[in-house]
Amino acid sequence: MALYSEKVMDHFRNPRNVGVIEDADAVGEVGNAKCGDIMKMYFKIEGDTLADVKFETFGCGSAIASSSMATELIKGKPLSEVAQLTNKAVAEALDGLPDYKMHCSVLAEEAIQSALEDYYTKHPEKKPQE
Amino acid sequence: MKIYADNAATTKMSRAALDAMIPCMEEQYGNPSSLYSLGQRAKEALELARADVAAVIHASPKEITFTSGGSEADNQALRSAAALGKKNGKKHIISTAFEHHAILHTLNALEKEGFEVTLLPVHENGIVRVEELEKALRPDTCLVSVMYANNEIGTIQPIRELGALCRSRGVLFHTDAVQAVPHLPIDVEADNIDLLSASGHKFHASKGVGFLYARRGVRLQNLIEGGAQERGKRAGTENVPGIVGMAAALKDTAAHMEEAAAHLLPLRDRLIAGLREIPHSALNGDEKQRLPGNVNFCFEGIEGESLLLLLDDRGICASSGSACTSGSLDPSHVLLAIGRVHDVAHGSLRLTLGEDATEEEIDYIIQNVREVVEYLRGFSPVWRDLESGKTPHIL
Repeated sequence: MALYSEKVMDHFRNPRNVGVIEDADAVGEVGNAKCGDIMKMYFKIEGDTLADVKFETFGCGSAIASSSMATELIKGKPLSEVAQLTNKAVAEALDGLPDYKMHCSVLAEEAIQSALEDYYTKHPEKKPQE
Repeated sequence: MKIYADNAATTKMSRAALDAMIPCMEEQYGNPSSLYSLGQRAKEALELARADVAAVIHASPKEITFTSGGSEADNQALRSAAALGKKNGKKHIISTAFEHHAILHTLNALEKEGFEVTLLPVHENGIVRVEELEKALRPDTCLVSVMYANNEIGTIQPIRELGALCRSRGVLFHTDAVQAVPHLPIDVEADNIDLLSASGHKFHASKGVGFLYARRGVRLQNLIEGGAQERGKRAGTENVPGIVGMAAALKDTAAHMEEAAAHLLPLRDRLIAGLREIPHSALNGDEKQRLPGNVNFCFEGIEGESLLLLLDDRGICASSGSACTSGSLDPSHVLLAIGRVHDVAHGSLRLTLGEDATEEEIDYIIQNVREVVEYLRGFSPVWRDLESGKTPHIL
């Protein structure tokens, strides 16, 4: 039995949306090097839509794959939808993660939330009303 | 290219071991405890194996107990010495911070049973200092356990001197020699060793077999009860094929040891020199006082598991001390013991060469590690912060 699903390995070997957006509208960063995982997401926002997203990740295979998959799931989506993405959805889209690697998908969800928070801090007027 | 560079994890079985094992399964398959000739032939094979194993480490056959491997031998050695100590009212044990978990976890269990444990530091070079053992020894010390060579960074300990000190103080001395047996000439007499653990699959025998050397007079405590096998010290029908194969593998390894070391040393040093050229990398453990096939590096800004997976894609089998490969949040206790900080310890790579390694393979490894490290750094936020000066480089 392989450690990871084919999908995880595909996203790990050929990560989508890798890199930096120099003039990003929002940046989210979570994790810490001490624990061995850091995820950083860059958002380019047009109107209410996530026009572009890129990521940088320091971490294991599943952390890289989770970042890649998460960016694919949110790219081009309205921010209201981006905010709804759960770690479960990321893990499911990857055909599952080993139990002890589920925190990698949590990190992806948190990176997205962190970027959104950054955006709404800079643009409080855009923040959806509760 | 396919390169198996994880020989400290396990080794490919040798022809000598396989050839010795097959007849024990097809022909002399009897139980050594049976009295008919089929059983007695198995018993003879078992005792010949014991004599062969004993001869390699300069012990006598009665001092060898066959076990299921290194971990069992470590457990039994510590438990036995602790039981002897307790009988004499001595409940202090000295070991080191970077022992194998078979030692450290057993020590944890003994602490819960009222023993006091002192772990010696291993310093930046990964080597224990004799004078620090001298300071740590107490009147109630019953055992000192120091590994012969470390399993991750390959550093070789001053066993003979440590053993002599223990001998002069009347303290039992155990060494976990699991990594050393395949590479170093071991002489339990000259090295002043009272207890020694070894594991067959580290030197081209099968998995599931090892041995414990216990000097005559050091009474062993059973871990497994239930029969008279191994002089009553280890119950269970003997793993005759495994044991016979292990003896053959050990004899073969010992016969070619010098030759193998002469072949491996320049290759090891070539690999170290090549990997050093990767910026912000560092060798873990002493450069010279290490096993001939062991290379262990830390690379800043990357994580070990992703490095291993990409090396696997390129045909290279290696290992890492990153948390992700250990299944815990903490990276290797060995790397932390030599003073590597967490951030750096996550980016470690261990390459342990086999005796058949070639220069071409070394160059292939160097080239591919360099490419993969560079690739992973290319999208690592940690590396970005290091390169932009936001956080200072450590290596």
